[in-house]
Amino acid sequence: MSLLEVQNLKKYFATQKAVDDISFSVNKGSIFGLLGPNGAGKTTLIRMITGIFYPDEGQIIFDGKKFDAINDVGYIGYMPEERGLYKKMKIGEQAMYLAQLKGLKKAEAMSKIKEWFVKFEMESWWTKKVEDLSKGMSQKLQFVTTVLHEPKLIILDEPFSGLDPVNSNLIKEEIYKLAQRGSTIIFSTHRMEQVEEICDHIILVNKGKKILDGTVKGVKHQFKENLFSIGFEKMPPNPNGSPPFEMVGTKDHSFIVKIKDGFKPGNVLNYFLEQGAEVISFNELLPSLSDIFIKLVEGTPLTRQFQAINA
Amino acid sequence: MNKIWLVIKREYLTRVRNKTFLLSTILLPLVMVLFISGSVFFAAKSEGKKKIAVEDKQSELAKFLKSDTSKMEFSFNAGVDTSNFAEKGYDGFLYAVDSSGRHFLLKTVKAASNETMDKLKNRLNSAYVSSKLLEKNISVEQIDSINTASSSYYTVDNTDEKNKNVNAAINTGIGFVSGIIIYITMFIFGAMVMRGVMEEKTTRIAEVIISSVKPFQLMMGKIIGIGAVGLTQLVLWIILIFLISTAAFTFLPHDIMQQVQDIQKHPGMMTSNPGQFSAAAKGIVNLTNLNWPLIVGFFLFYFIGGYLFYSALFAAVGSVINEDPQEAQSLMFPIMMPIIFGFIIMSSNIDKPDSPVMVWASIIPFTSPIVMMGRLASSPPVWQLAVSMISLIVGFIFTTWAAAKIYRTGILLYGKKGSWKEMIKWIRRS
Repeated sequence: MSLLEVQNLKKYFATQKAVDDISFSVNKGSIFGLLGPNGAGKTTLIRMITGIFYPDEGQIIFDGKKFDAINDVGYIGYMPEERGLYKKMKIGEQAMYLAQLKGLKKAEAMSKIKEWFVKFEMESWWTKKVEDLSKGMSQKLQFVTTVLHEPKLIILDEPFSGLDPVNSNLIKEEIYKLAQRGSTIIFSTHRMEQVEEICDHIILVNKGKKILDGTVKGVKHQFKENLFSIGFEKMPPNPNGSPPFEMVGTKDHSFIVKIKDGFKPGNVLNYFLEQGAEVISFNELLPSLSDIFIKLVEGTPLTRQFQAINA
Repeated sequence: MNKIWLVIKREYLTRVRNKTFLLSTILLPLVMVLFISGSVFFAAKSEGKKKIAVEDKQSELAKFLKSDTSKMEFSFNAGVDTSNFAEKGYDGFLYAVDSSGRHFLLKTVKAASNETMDKLKNRLNSAYVSSKLLEKNISVEQIDSINTASSSYYTVDNTDEKNKNVNAAINTGIGFVSGIIIYITMFIFGAMVMRGVMEEKTTRIAEVIISSVKPFQLMMGKIIGIGAVGLTQLVLWIILIFLISTAAFTFLPHDIMQQVQDIQKHPGMMTSNPGQFSAAAKGIVNLTNLNWPLIVGFFLFYFIGGYLFYSALFAAVGSVINEDPQEAQSLMFPIMMPIIFGFIIMSSNIDKPDSPVMVWASIIPFTSPIVMMGRLASSPPVWQLAVSMISLIVGFIFTTWAAAKIYRTGILLYGKKGSWKEMIKWIRRS
């Protein structure tokens, strides 16, 4: 069951095809990673989903119906990459204002704000102004204002930038809890280790086009190079003859090997056992998302060039 | 609709609760009253009695140059000269500098005002008239009685077609002052809108807000909210000035108030028998006779209309600026020009309210809020008022429409330098 379905979305600007025919769908309650290098078109894509931009072509289906910006924005919470808050406004009033803009009633908003402020230990902030907060503190406030109205879809653009590990974990925990309670989360970032840790499903966007789509596990298997790491009690001599693998390298008490076509991992293990080596570990080496990301994006110019569009 | 109301409320409350708002609201009328009473005080002081020593070699002047107990006191041949008049307690020393004895020099410690110089010249000339009359065998007593009568034998007052006593100076003054107030407030509140938009853009909150409300709602909310702040301030000023001036009335001498009441009871008296009333009483009656509801009504209309017309443009400019004050200056310039232009037209043609420049400038919405207020005193034709008001309404609808298009694109565009050329492209597109 998908909450959000994006079909053949296009948005051309005067000098760029910012989003060029992208389709994907996001399952309800999942944590979805939207990845891509700088300037890939992620922000434009997000702005169309949040109703800030109208797509030139294609459509967005939100919760089974055609996306209607005016009515559906109340079900979406968006935290842009560039944090924005009114510097001179008191924090409590600011949270209240943003909550009311999302359609919450005053009393309802008040109880929710209090609940979140207690959870994040922010009660004493109420009458402070944003200009008195540190970067990490305003980040927490921004997160609270984004999820306050319990949106069905939460879009977080680089939510952990500028946060220390403790606060990072705090927000990560809250993201998991929100997903468990049925919110769907789109998570846009360059930090691949976080994506591996958090996301169920990812897409990779480059130069306005989708170049990868799948679950984190699926993507990793798709890009695996049949590499295995074999650990030994005592390092055996280098293999000779015709083993079912190629040596890739050695790393303290283990061999990194690549299985030749037509062989299975069992063949490799057997080979070493027959040699009488004391194998203590045998692991498949899957590529990290970071490696996949670099592999796919590498070779294309990192910053997009301006081009004339005749649309 | 509910959301635009929330935006308006925020814009209004954050500004009205600000200390500078309270301070400027209370301070401005106080400063105005202090300024007016101060200038009255100094004017009165400068008219204090002047003691002038006169060197009168032919003993001609002593007979006719009369001392005036309150303004000028002359002493003749008091044995002083240019070097010691101040030590002997005189404010000035008057002596002839040429052989004909017709060109005098007044030596003073501090420069004498133009008013004093004019008075002195008039005194000397009427002394000459008196001396000539004496030569024609008219007695000194007769001359004195003619002189006394000559200053107030005939008086002139002005009345308009509706047989109301009008005081052109007061009317023009009020038109001029309202024009200036509109001019200043347009800058203050227009710039406030622009800064508000810039703040939202540079702090990047615009993107958060625009994911909840439409850009047009955000822009209109800001314009209306700040406009309400301006209106609040103006209304408070009007009330405060009214209260202060009512309080000031109670300090006026009793006989003047009596005269005012007499005139108000018998409106005809001022035209039929003007001599018996003092200038102050007439001034007060003229002020209270003005059609204040009409003036305030037009003032509020042109304030709101002019504000809406220009604040939309200021909002559009604010939305394309990237944190660079210099950029703001060059983009604001084309908007500020017509406002300044309107002010110049109004102030330099205030005495010719029906000249073609004033008529046109009071109809074209770019300058009409300022110029029409300056013309109001001369009761412009109704059709001109109607055309001016309608074109202002059409004008602000147009600027708001155009500004909304610029704003929508500009507010989310970072890093790109804004230009008017670019903005016009955004208006044309879609």
